[in-house]
Amino acid sequence: MTLPNKKIGDVLLKVDGITLSFGGVRAIRDVSFEIREHEILAIIGPNGAGKTSMLNVINGFYHPQVGTITYRGVTRPRAAPYEVAAQGIARTFQNVALFKGMSVLDNIMTGRLLKMRGNVLLEALYWGPARRQEMAHRAFVERIIDFLEIQAIRRVPAGRLPYGLQKRVELARALAAEPTLLLLDEPMAGMNVEEKEDMCRFILDVNEEFGTTIALIEHDMGVVMDICDRIVVLDYGRKIADGPPDAIRGDQAVIDAYLGLSHDEPAPRLAAAREPVAAGEG
Amino acid sequence: MDAIANGIVGPFADMVADPVFFLEVIVTGLMAGVMYSLVALGFVLIFKASGVFNFAQGVMVLFAALTLVGFEAVFRSMGLTAVPPMIPSLALTVIAMVALAFAIERLVLRPLVNQPDIILFMSTIGITFFLEGFGELLWGGDVKPLPIEQFGVGSGRYSIKIGGGQVLVQEIDLTAAVVAGVLVAALAVFFQRTRIGRALRAVADDHQAALSVGIPLKHIWVIVWSVAGVVALAAGIMWGAKSGVQFSLSLLALRALPVLILGGFTSVPGAIVGGLIIGVGEKIAETFWSPYVGSAIENWFAYGLALVFLLFRPQGLFGERIIERV
Repeated sequence: MTLPNKKIGDVLLKVDGITLSFGGVRAIRDVSFEIREHEILAIIGPNGAGKTSMLNVINGFYHPQVGTITYRGVTRPRAAPYEVAAQGIARTFQNVALFKGMSVLDNIMTGRLLKMRGNVLLEALYWGPARRQEMAHRAFVERIIDFLEIQAIRRVPAGRLPYGLQKRVELARALAAEPTLLLLDEPMAGMNVEEKEDMCRFILDVNEEFGTTIALIEHDMGVVMDICDRIVVLDYGRKIADGPPDAIRGDQAVIDAYLGLSHDEPAPRLAAAREPVAAGEG
Repeated sequence: MDAIANGIVGPFADMVADPVFFLEVIVTGLMAGVMYSLVALGFVLIFKASGVFNFAQGVMVLFAALTLVGFEAVFRSMGLTAVPPMIPSLALTVIAMVALAFAIERLVLRPLVNQPDIILFMSTIGITFFLEGFGELLWGGDVKPLPIEQFGVGSGRYSIKIGGGQVLVQEIDLTAAVVAGVLVAALAVFFQRTRIGRALRAVADDHQAALSVGIPLKHIWVIVWSVAGVVALAAGIMWGAKSGVQFSLSLLALRALPVLILGGFTSVPGAIVGGLIIGVGEKIAETFWSPYVGSAIENWFAYGLALVFLLFRPQGLFGERIIERV
C-alpha cells in the first residue's frame, strides 16, 4: 500500500490528560499522547508502569476518572468495549484471550461478527443471502489465514496450540475485524527468537499492506527500536518520554527508569518521573 | 453364592424371557428420559453461553408453569370462551419469561461481568430463592392442574403392536418427545449456524475477548436467558401436565444434573441422549434388578451412573474436551 518511506498521516487517536485510579492506587496520571494514522507506536515502560491499563482505557475496558479520548476527531463519551470495537479498534491480550474450545477458524470468524449483518432465520436455514454472506466472510478469513501462515491449524481447537501460535491466532482474530487501529499487548512475550522474527514481519506487513495503525506494548527493546516509528515511555503511570526511537535511546529519564538511579545520586526515581522528558538528571 | 449369581444372570434372563415386556420398559424409559432432557436443555443453553451452571433453571420451570396456569385461571374467570384460555396465557407467559431474562441481565449479570464463574453460580442460587418466593406470592402455593387438553393434547394412549404383544404409549409422552425433538433441532441449528450462535459460544469461552471483538454481552445474555426461559416453559408444561404444577417441579434441577454429567454440559444433543440413557437405565434397573437387590433403585441409579462418568469421562459423552495447559 505504501512505499518504503511510508506516509504517517493525521492524528487518529488522541489521549488527553488521562488519569485512572483504582481505589487509592493511581495507575495512570495525567498522560497525553497521540497515535497518528499508519504509524507503529510502541508504549514501553517498566512493569507496573500502566501500559496495559492504557490499552484498556483506549479499548473501553477501563473508564478514566479524568481526561478525554478523541478518535477520528470526535471526543468520545464513555464507551463500552464492544462499541469501541465497532468503531474499528481491535486488540490482543497480554495473556492470550482466545476462545479455547473453538477451532482456530471459528475463533477468527468470531472476529468478523461485527461485519456480519442479517436475519437469524435465514442464517439458520443457511439459505440465500445468509449463505452468500457466510461464504464471503469465510473467503476473507482464509486470506488472513494465508497471510499469517496458519493454514495447517485451521481445525485445531485454539486451546491445544502452543503459545506462540495462540498469539498468532489472536492476531488473526483481531485482523478479521479489519481494524483501523490495532492494539497489541506484548505480542512477542514468551516467544523464541524465530517466533519473534515472524511476528515482527507480520506486524510490519499488516502495517504496510493494510495501512493499519498499530499501537503495541513490548518489552524487547531490540524489537521496539527496529519496527516502531515512535515510542511513548511510561513510568509509575506518568509519561516520561515520547519520540522517535533514536531520541528515546539516549533519553536520560528513560535510562533511569529502566536501570534505576545509581545510589550515589540522591534523586529518587519519582523525581525523574515528575518531570516529563527530563533531559539530564541529578 | 447363588444369590450373587442370580443377581447377575437373573435380570438378563428375565429380559430375554419376555422381550415384549422388555421393549415396553425401554419405551417407558425413553419417554421418561425425554422429560429429563427437556429440563437439561435449559441448563445446557445457559452453560454454553455464559459458562455458568444455572442453578435457577429448575425453579424457572416451576415459575413458567405457575405463570401459565395463573394466567389461565385469570382468563377463565374473565369468561373467555372464544379461544381456549391457555392460548393467550401461553403468549403472556413467553413475554413474562423474556421480561424475566431482561431483569436478570440488568440486576444480576451486568454488575457481575468478568467475575469468576463461582460468583455467577452463587448468584443463580439467589435467583432460585427469589423466584420460588416471588412465584408463590403471585400465584399461590397450592398444587394446580395444568389443563394441557386445551392445546389439543388428549389423554388417550396409542398401542403399538410388536411381535406377539403391544406397547402402550400415552399421547402426552409422545407430545413431549415431539416438542423435545423440535427444540433440539432448532437449538442445534441456532448454535452451529447463526452469527448469534457463534457469538454465544464466544461469550461462554471468554468474556473479555468477546467484548473486544465487539460482542455486546448484555444482548447475548438477554437472548440466551430468554431462550432458556422458553425452554423452561416447555418443560414446565410437560411436567405440569403430568404431575400438576407444584413446588416439587423446582427440584427437577437435581434430576437434570446426572443427565448433564452424562451428556456433557455444553452439548445440546448431549442433553437429549443423556436424558434418554438415564430414563431407560432407571426403568430397566428398577424393573429387572429390584427383585434381586431391593427396590428404590430408580432414586439413586442416575447419580451412580453420573459418578462413574465423572471418574472416567468428566466432559460427558458429547462435551468439549477439557484441555488443561500448564
